[in-house]
Amino acid sequence: MAAKKNGNDKSEFNTVPFSTRVRPYLIVAPSLIITIGIMVPFAMAIWYSLTNYSFKLPTHKFIGISNWVNMLGDASFWGAVKISLLYGVISTVLEMLIGLGVAILLNNLNNGLSKVLRVLLVFPLMIAPVTATIVWQLMLNSSVGIVEKLLNKFGVYNFPWAAAPGTALMTVIIIDVWINTAFIILLVLAGLQSLPKSPFESAKIDGGSAWFNFTNLTLPMLKPSLYIALLFRFMAALQEYAVIFALTKGGPGDSLMSLSLTAYQKGFKFQKFGAAIPYILVLWLIINIAAKKIVKLQRTAQKQAAGLEE
Amino acid sequence: MKKVLALMLATVMAVCLLTGCGSTETPAQGSSNSDTKSPAVTNSTSTTSSADFDWKKFEGQEITVLFSEHTYADAVEEKLGEFTEKTGIKVNYSSMPEGNYFEKLNVELSSHSGSIDVFMTGAYQSWEYATAGNLEPLEKYIGTDLTSPDWKYDDFIPAVIDALKWDLVPGHAVGSGSQWALPMGWEVNILTYNKRILEANGIKPPKTAEELLEAAKALKEFDGSGSYGLAVRGLPDWGTIHPAYMSMYSTWGAKDFEIENGKLVSKVNSPEAVAMTEYWVDLVKNGSAPQWATYGWEMCGADLGAGKAAMMWDADRGGYTQNTPGSSNEAGNMAFGMVPYPASAGKTEADMKSNLWVWSMAMNADSSKKEAAWYFMQYFTSPEFMLWSGVEKACTDTPRTSVLNSDAYKNSVAGAEGYYEAFSTISKNASIFFTAQPYFTETTTEWAKTLQYLVTTDKYSSVQEAMDELKATMDELVSDLEVE
Repeated sequence: MAAKKNGNDKSEFNTVPFSTRVRPYLIVAPSLIITIGIMVPFAMAIWYSLTNYSFKLPTHKFIGISNWVNMLGDASFWGAVKISLLYGVISTVLEMLIGLGVAILLNNLNNGLSKVLRVLLVFPLMIAPVTATIVWQLMLNSSVGIVEKLLNKFGVYNFPWAAAPGTALMTVIIIDVWINTAFIILLVLAGLQSLPKSPFESAKIDGGSAWFNFTNLTLPMLKPSLYIALLFRFMAALQEYAVIFALTKGGPGDSLMSLSLTAYQKGFKFQKFGAAIPYILVLWLIINIAAKKIVKLQRTAQKQAAGLEE
Repeated sequence: MKKVLALMLATVMAVCLLTGCGSTETPAQGSSNSDTKSPAVTNSTSTTSSADFDWKKFEGQEITVLFSEHTYADAVEEKLGEFTEKTGIKVNYSSMPEGNYFEKLNVELSSHSGSIDVFMTGAYQSWEYATAGNLEPLEKYIGTDLTSPDWKYDDFIPAVIDALKWDLVPGHAVGSGSQWALPMGWEVNILTYNKRILEANGIKPPKTAEELLEAAKALKEFDGSGSYGLAVRGLPDWGTIHPAYMSMYSTWGAKDFEIENGKLVSKVNSPEAVAMTEYWVDLVKNGSAPQWATYGWEMCGADLGAGKAAMMWDADRGGYTQNTPGSSNEAGNMAFGMVPYPASAGKTEADMKSNLWVWSMAMNADSSKKEAAWYFMQYFTSPEFMLWSGVEKACTDTPRTSVLNSDAYKNSVAGAEGYYEAFSTISKNASIFFTAQPYFTETTTEWAKTLQYLVTTDKYSSVQEAMDELKATMDELVSDLEVE
């Protein structure tokens, strides 16, 4: 009986066209290739972090966890972690607050001016970060910069901006906020425009204040969009490289040497690739932990917005 | 039968011996391994005459060239068509800004793919590349039948061509060993000053270090907020150390490393080094740009040209290009001085030293078209090309004696007051004052960071403390180098 059943199965299998049989594999194939494409370099990076791989040496050899031990014992590593986190958190928080505020204003304005502003505000996103940074560098220059001339009117002269360790981080964050806030505005604006109208109409009939509407209707329903914006911006800010490199190359001293910049310097400038990889892997770990937390919060917010969870 | 076989075998062996069995390489196609003990360049004369030289020998080949964006590169790009017409060699040319050029080059060379055949480099970088086996020794080509007799190796200024020779032993001076690159142009680091601004402020062009400090302080905010006396570089990389700082450092009598017991030992905390650095910190704090720590050569030149900086101590061509008609607000107002020497340290004009930088072109050891690449290199370093680029394309820092002595060249730079005198005088005292070693980029980056801390913070209680810490860092970085 069993043999007969197997025989039937085989004949049924033979009647299924080849194209139908391979279709599931074809559908999965791109994902599989992409996964392999991601995992192979990742696995190689882990391997290289355990070697003395250098552009200066003809070969490389396994050296255990020496690169990791050296990194953890290096004060500049902990400085780089601190700078990456400070940069990531401060710039993202500022961009989220400003982006949310501007998006709400634009959403409420809904007139000709609003339409013009929506186009203009996207301009910074269209400029390469390095170009934007060079423009800012000229604007902040104490000899020829327009900002210096403006500050002179308030009695402030030769403000150091990126040239002093005490103000360098603030300067690169200002430039980052200028470039990337538009991204938050776009996402939040799209979220605001997709909100249902009826709860707001009901609140209006009941005499709800603007603050009541914002805290009890807008914000809870907008949270999923906000978390998406937060996820993208925080991940990118933690990896920041272009603005810092173009402005100060990580200086003065080590004051702006983030994890990305330190890894770049060790890997490509000093040609010590094996020693550079652990810095990138630590950065990946930080981003991974942060991203998982934000995704979890986003899912919860989505369920709450849909009324599936309190 | 055995006798026939033995005869055949003997014949084959004899043919093999005579022809170099299994090897079809010409001398120029030899091993690309950098540790090949190649003879030093001694012969500069090819056996063929100029008229007989076959420029079409590698017709149909295609080479790839990567250059840093620069005046020298612009001149080469303009003549690529003529080169192809003359040789039949097609050139895939690309260039990129200097900011990330060497990092891009590091990746290309380390892949050992031979994706580029010829590239621009500097003497300091060639120490790293040659040690890693990325550079083809050029004595395999110079003076052989692959070189046109009118190319003239001996015509290169000795200090410049020697700067690109090294025996790969850390600590050994440049000037011996293999020829790793050929000069495209070289730069001495001298003082450029704005005559108009100095005259307006009643200041004489400074000759000594003390006069320079006094002038730079006196010129602080000479034209309101943001204007200042002296532009010098301040970014955290080797570019900050090698021009003015290293020139003054060497003039003061200080050294970066010395060999002790078979090891390189940093001397950045010697009394001369500390005294010079104390002077430098004072000079930058009180006489340079308020945002000095973000200044590369571009910003220094821009401030000089805009009339915001009264003086600049940097590569001679940096000042020269700001002075050509129409190039800047202050074009025509520049004049050129020498290297300010520290009279208080007992130094005189005779002690003036200028650290030099040599933009050069080198051949990738992994190139599969080395002969065609060599044709490219000799064409674009020939006396004929260099006279044209020196006179017509503002490549004023010519590495060729014949060009330097030509009337056409002298006439072309005559408009820049003091330039020819300064360039030709300082050239005699110019050299690379860094110790040749493969960790140049790392040690000078740490050095520049220390200067930044000294100028912008109170991290160190004294210059001596900072330089003691820097010495320890530099010693650690070169600790694995064995010196003969």
